[in-house]
Amino acid sequence: MAELAWLVPVLPLASFLFISLAGQTVKGDGDRIGIAAVGASLLLSLAILFDVIGGARVAADMVWAFFGSIQLRMGYQVDPITATMLVVVTLISFLVHIYSLGYMHGDVRYKRYYAILSLFTASMLGLVLADNFLMLFIFWELIGLCSFLLIGHWYEKQDVGYAAMKAFLTTRVGDVGMFIGIMLIFFHARTFQFDGVAQAVAAGDFAGAALAVAAVLIFAGAVGKSAQFPLHVWLPDAMAGPTSVSALIHAATLVAAGVYLVARAYGIFAPSPTALMTVAWVGGITAIFAASIALVMEDIKKVLAYSTVSQLGFMMVALGVGGYTAGIFHLVTHAIFKALLFLASGSVIHGVDTQNMHEMGGLYKKMPVTFWTWAIGSGALAGIYPLAGFWSKDEILLAAHEGGYTALFWILVIAAVFTAFYITRATILTFFGQPRDKKRFDRAHESPATMTVPLIILAALAVVLGFANSPHTGWWFSHFVYFDHPHEAAASPFVLFWATASWVVGVGAAILIYGLGVISRRAVIDNLRPVWALLKNKYYFDELYHLVFVRGTVAISRIVGWFDRVVIDGIVNLVGYGAAKLSRATGEFDLDVIDGAVNGIAVLVRSGGAVLRRLQTGYVQSYVLALFVTVVVGLLVFAFGG
Amino acid sequence: MTLSLSVVLAVSALMFGLGVYGALTQRNAIRVLMCIELVLNSVNINLVAFSRYVGPDQALGQVFTVFVMTVAAAEAAVGLAIILMVARRKAHIDIDQINLLKW
Repeated sequence: MAELAWLVPVLPLASFLFISLAGQTVKGDGDRIGIAAVGASLLLSLAILFDVIGGARVAADMVWAFFGSIQLRMGYQVDPITATMLVVVTLISFLVHIYSLGYMHGDVRYKRYYAILSLFTASMLGLVLADNFLMLFIFWELIGLCSFLLIGHWYEKQDVGYAAMKAFLTTRVGDVGMFIGIMLIFFHARTFQFDGVAQAVAAGDFAGAALAVAAVLIFAGAVGKSAQFPLHVWLPDAMAGPTSVSALIHAATLVAAGVYLVARAYGIFAPSPTALMTVAWVGGITAIFAASIALVMEDIKKVLAYSTVSQLGFMMVALGVGGYTAGIFHLVTHAIFKALLFLASGSVIHGVDTQNMHEMGGLYKKMPVTFWTWAIGSGALAGIYPLAGFWSKDEILLAAHEGGYTALFWILVIAAVFTAFYITRATILTFFGQPRDKKRFDRAHESPATMTVPLIILAALAVVLGFANSPHTGWWFSHFVYFDHPHEAAASPFVLFWATASWVVGVGAAILIYGLGVISRRAVIDNLRPVWALLKNKYYFDELYHLVFVRGTVAISRIVGWFDRVVIDGIVNLVGYGAAKLSRATGEFDLDVIDGAVNGIAVLVRSGGAVLRRLQTGYVQSYVLALFVTVVVGLLVFAFGG
Repeated sequence: MTLSLSVVLAVSALMFGLGVYGALTQRNAIRVLMCIELVLNSVNINLVAFSRYVGPDQALGQVFTVFVMTVAAAEAAVGLAIILMVARRKAHIDIDQINLLKW
């Protein structure tokens, strides 16, 4: 089946083309076509995954274009990481397609929504199948475009349009770096192929500072896409899009593309300690920084957005400290449980029609399925045994500890405490306590089956998936996806203790403050007011960027505008003035001298004519006389003049 | 007896002088025309004389004369036609009174 891997992205692409081009002429809204295409892709991906587990590897490519000796190739490859990503992407995309039947029901641009969802799925699948940097970059931009279109789905609202633009422009900052990085790689390795670049690195043709710079630039692209510090600002705003989109794109797949990129290009990161340290520290800072903001957010989707940023930071740390498998494994588990959390939050929003958690409360009675699946997702995110997040987060902490990155280890532990705290807080505010908005509470209802069934499937996966890389299965995943050679971290009671302690402390503190009210929430806020204000304002990053980049751009434009108006316009006007003066002078010259000369000649000819015409007497005999005299004189001159 | 070339040329020059004089002094257009014929015929005598005395084996002068006589005939026809038209319009053919060609 693995030979059919190329079909996996082609099916959703065909669906996109059909819905967007032919969709007008057929009945239906395109939803069934999209679901069928992605469903088929899912089945195919599962078959491919089993094939790959059985040892199958496929790579095929063809020459796309060549310039002299340089060949551009396009092709695909199927290896464990690609097969894993194929299943993750198609599975979540499939569930989101089904979920959207209920969530987007009756939307104004229902058909467009499904068309772009298909395009996104196709692009994301193309990205994980691509066997070279250039194709990866093309699909990378395509998913960015789809993200832009889907964030801006309800573009009538101005904020939504701005959020879409912000996402597009912010990721573009990273993409520019990434493109330069790719060109740098191409310049040194003379190829875009992943395996070709790896060979060049292994052969020592591509090493040293150039390699480190290229790796860091590639990482810049990942920073943008995966919303890492300092380009994280777009992801929370991207929550303006439909929640189903947030689940698919801004939790599970698109934002994970950055992590996938680093993993796919690990061959150029691994030999460069500088690049690895950059990845690890950017990830570490992002992990704790975003988690701390999530502590105080009131919007349920913003909590999840910052949580996503933070968890992506965890994955980056894992890759940076050498825990390749741990990073990928966390990517997979996070995709499942964060998609679950987003879809559950979408179900809640669908029921109460607000995103502010302070207007919710007590919903567990009204929405039991949503509550239980959310609870499982939360537990997985907090890292509670035996849910998926426990296994993957433990692996990351273990990798940091084993690699001797003590500072990063403690940062991650604190971030894990924050994680447990904010997700418990969100759970309590949403589902427990007294309903704080009676009207909304009365209206709330459990969502239809199209929305709850995907939740149940994801919840089940969130429970069992962690065991794929646990002692119970002999660390199976570590032997499936690895870089260079399989690595089995020795279990460490120290790490296990702190991993467990982190969620116990976080969950406990949240229950004490929000659940039981033992510690007054007010008192905490009052005592920590400066910190609270700092977090509430997201470290003032939006304001800083507004000041530096938006206002800076405006200021520069103003200066440039002034320069344009005063200097450039001045020069232009001066030239114009000079030209006008000059033409006036030449005009006068024309009028006086040239016209004078012409008229003068005419006058001369006329007056000459007036004199000479007297010779023309009209008497024939006078002419003949003149002729005769002339002939005689001529003869005399001829005869005697010599 | 043979006449010398200069005698013939003298006759020719005399005729030419008479013709020019007549053409310049006569007021009757017919007379002017006749005098022009004299001038042309003096030229004819010259041509024939030079042909006879300088190159007798070739009849070049005679051929030229035939041409001149043809032209003279044409000229006389055109001239007489013009004079006829003038006579019809003005009822006289006094050249002194005919100055339409001025200016």
